[in-house]
Amino acid sequence: MTMTTSRATGASVQRADGYAKVTGAATYSTEWPLQNPAYAWPVLSTVARGAVRAVDDSAALAVPGVLAVLRPGAAPELQPADDPEMLILQHSRVDYRGQVVAAVVATSLEVARYASSLVRVDYTVEPHEVLIDPDSDELFTPTTAVGNPPASDKGDVDAALLAAPHVLDATYTTPPQHTSSMEPYACTAVWDGERELTLYNSDQGPAITAGTISALFGLPAGAVRIVADYIGGGFGAKAFVRSVPVLAAMAAKAVDRPVKVMATRQQMFSLAGHRGPTVQRVRLAADPSGRLVAIDHQAISHTSRHADFVEAAAAVSRSLYATPNLRTGHRAVRLDVPTPGPMRAPGIAPGLFALESAMDELAHQLGIDPVELRVRNDTDVDPSTGRPFSSRGLVECLREGAERFGWAGRDPAPRSGRQGDWLVGTGMAVSTFPVHMAPSTATALATVDGGFEVRVTAVDIGTGARTVLAQVAADELGVELDQVTLRVAHSDYGMAPFAGGSAGTASWGWAVVKAVRALRERLDQHGGVVPAEGLEVTVDTTADLAELSAYSRHSYGAQFAEVRVHVHTGELRVPRLYGVFAAGRILNPRTARSQLLGGMIFGLSMALHEDGVLDPVFGDFANHDFAGYHIAANADVADLRAHWIEEHDDELNPVGVKGIGELSNTGTAAAIANAVFHATGHRVRDLPITLERLRPGLRGEPVG
Amino acid sequence: MKPFTYQRPADPADAAELLLAQPDAVVLAGGTNLVDLMKLGVLQPGSLVDVSGFTSDRIEHRADGGVLIGAGVRNADLAGDLGVRQRFPVLAEALLAGASGQLRSMATTGGNLLQRTRCAYFQDVSKPCNKREPGSGCAAITGQHRDLGVIGTSDKCVATHPSDMAVALAALDAVVHLRRADGEQVGVPLSEFYLAPGDTPERETIVDRGDLVTGVELPPAPAGARMRYHKVRDRASFAFAVVSVAAVVVRAADGTLADVRIALGGVAPMPWRARVAEAALRGQRPEPAVLRAAAQAEFAAARPLPDNAFKVDLAIDLITATIADLGGLPR
Repeated sequence: MTMTTSRATGASVQRADGYAKVTGAATYSTEWPLQNPAYAWPVLSTVARGAVRAVDDSAALAVPGVLAVLRPGAAPELQPADDPEMLILQHSRVDYRGQVVAAVVATSLEVARYASSLVRVDYTVEPHEVLIDPDSDELFTPTTAVGNPPASDKGDVDAALLAAPHVLDATYTTPPQHTSSMEPYACTAVWDGERELTLYNSDQGPAITAGTISALFGLPAGAVRIVADYIGGGFGAKAFVRSVPVLAAMAAKAVDRPVKVMATRQQMFSLAGHRGPTVQRVRLAADPSGRLVAIDHQAISHTSRHADFVEAAAAVSRSLYATPNLRTGHRAVRLDVPTPGPMRAPGIAPGLFALESAMDELAHQLGIDPVELRVRNDTDVDPSTGRPFSSRGLVECLREGAERFGWAGRDPAPRSGRQGDWLVGTGMAVSTFPVHMAPSTATALATVDGGFEVRVTAVDIGTGARTVLAQVAADELGVELDQVTLRVAHSDYGMAPFAGGSAGTASWGWAVVKAVRALRERLDQHGGVVPAEGLEVTVDTTADLAELSAYSRHSYGAQFAEVRVHVHTGELRVPRLYGVFAAGRILNPRTARSQLLGGMIFGLSMALHEDGVLDPVFGDFANHDFAGYHIAANADVADLRAHWIEEHDDELNPVGVKGIGELSNTGTAAAIANAVFHATGHRVRDLPITLERLRPGLRGEPVG
Repeated sequence: MKPFTYQRPADPADAAELLLAQPDAVVLAGGTNLVDLMKLGVLQPGSLVDVSGFTSDRIEHRADGGVLIGAGVRNADLAGDLGVRQRFPVLAEALLAGASGQLRSMATTGGNLLQRTRCAYFQDVSKPCNKREPGSGCAAITGQHRDLGVIGTSDKCVATHPSDMAVALAALDAVVHLRRADGEQVGVPLSEFYLAPGDTPERETIVDRGDLVTGVELPPAPAGARMRYHKVRDRASFAFAVVSVAAVVVRAADGTLADVRIALGGVAPMPWRARVAEAALRGQRPEPAVLRAAAQAEFAAARPLPDNAFKVDLAIDLITATIADLGGLPR
């Protein structure tokens, strides 16, 4: 595979859109100047299970400025679709609390919001259930665990567990978590006649959304255009179409004028997908030297009544450590909750919390250093498929991380560190994420004035994609960065995957490289002179990806945490968190570091704070705002460092990247939980690590 | 948000008149809590009566060491006041432990005292709440109550008062200055300012319609007092207290506790003055067993719920450790 040469890539280039964002010049989805816009405000169900019996919209319609009330039976009709989360107002069924059951369209946001409070909805109410019972007889094995087979089984796990001298058997839980992007869902819908629709949408996948919305409204391909220039974060919640863009398009159709929809933070807790909770049993069997002879990882999660999205928590155990006997499985129970969705490192973030906590417990049980235990179980081939790894920087990350953190000489005894009223401990865990890539198109153009333009339906959700793709294009063209105009985020630019699975740069970058190389060939055919009409080449990487060789491809990392636990109160702080990562080529240290640090904070937040509390009586997330659902604040983050090792991997893609969007929020929670055990001698197996879970470990400590 | 009018009276008499004439009018000060509640539909006032035009925003230190804090003094200004930081450090610490820099720059002293609970059910109009809608029931008792009260609560309401500032004020024996609707000026000890929820959790303070909080007075701090605010919270900033303690301790020459005042946040419908523990400790040596027994005695009347029972133990540990530290020999 021919790699790109390096010039702009590898440099700490400033974000192409940084100035526009900081100064407010960047146009987000509901900020487009439009003639005469209206505003839609959803009415959300207040029962968790049942059906809408009647909607009384008379009081709402009487409010001056109200244009329409949409409700089941009085809303534009949609075509059938696989995902019921999109099919709003098409039927009276209520499958969770917080489902869209009506919407008010008005001339101002304030009027729409106020009038929505006057819509009276009567329900037929049925008993609901929102809490997982791990022993429920309604547990089922899903057909997939987010694209992974639901189960795997190699060797004889049960026999190995029986025969092994050391067995670790523990159950870990993680709660529902919410993506919590800074910008909630936001969409502006503009119809041009009955057959052309533009959605300015906060969207991780404009090309895919365009197809989805076209089908939903019975329009031909190309009739729907998605513009997603600036996105205030997504973390998975904006990867798949849910209610908001559909509502905007329906409302705009109903009132025949542009309509804006902006979700509130509170609404996001039911309108957006959440990460499903997990109950994970991990069993590790090891010989006295610490070599694993069996791994069994079984995970339970929930999904909604009307669609299956099952958090694939056990899948990570299939490819991480050498073991002859390896079994994983997923089961789920259907509850009266919103359909879960992808959230940064789906499956792997909660899965690694369990596996890497268990590895720490095993290390303690065996009296082996936790870093050494990981090294001893390193492998050259993927233990589930037998395929070689394209590259595996795990041990290098472990060694480098231990060195930078000052791991050597650590007293492994729990509760061996104390400074004043604070118990001090250290812990570590491994990070890993698979390399995903998907086919993409891209177009490269040369103009007669010597300029170049590249178009790709990438989207920059805050990652820096817009910046690094321009760096890739400039290098491939052999020109300065400012000679290339990179256009992204318009579905018109052609088929491309969404910003998800940490696959963006690899997938879009591959298409950009291919398009630019093709343009250069065309340019050569013209003797290096751009003809008056310019040159334009469009490429598609579908065939290229189909020829990928059979390697197992993953990125790796090691994270090291220091924690302090107040001996009297149980207050928990993380003064140091270091990560070292191996993720192929790093195109832009500035944006890469930002992503890696952001992921580590995401993981810290998962460890310490994030907890979607399902209310058994009402059936919703009771703590549906940021006062109740805590995410890490600046003060929670102290000495935070992200490093990476140089990794050259020819078996990836022409850009040489593995993807870094999700890697660094895996493993963090386990590193912190392991440090908490070291500090206190108390193992917390349930996230988040709250005061009430931690304080039982402080008992017996004299005061004063 | 329901449409409303905005009024800006020139003096307290005008404000009282507007409030008495309009049953659906409410006082607007910094707006940091009120505006949120209006967006959520929890409060739907017909009129906002903005009192910032005439409310004192001055901090007047007195020769005797006391201070009069205008009701309009912003939390940030009060926290930064040199005299407050020197004479009443527990108050400055409590203020800085609350909210965020942006909110502290808007929030006022009077508004802070009168802010509403952050109970998730009070703030969600789709669910019952006796405080918001008397007689509708308390959803928190059977629902998410981990952050709610363990003492001084009732079967009708288990909400907590969220203020940090008020906890420090309680420990400092603050007196709230009130202008009654008829113009009478009264001083009400903070310990009598808040009402127990009982069967009427919608009634939170002794403030009646037309009354205005005009200021807060602090008597001089006891000579030689050591004081501290320790807020235990789930994250390092921008979180309400799980449990907090404001403590003021005077140590006698013989090593006994000459004076000890303890107020708690996060545990009760009001800043909770731990009178039982104080009485048990006065004149005693601050030995761990004595401290713990006193703190436990305070919580003999606790009525925790399943998910917040840990707060009782936490409060006992926090009182014990804080008084041990303040009452012991200086480190």
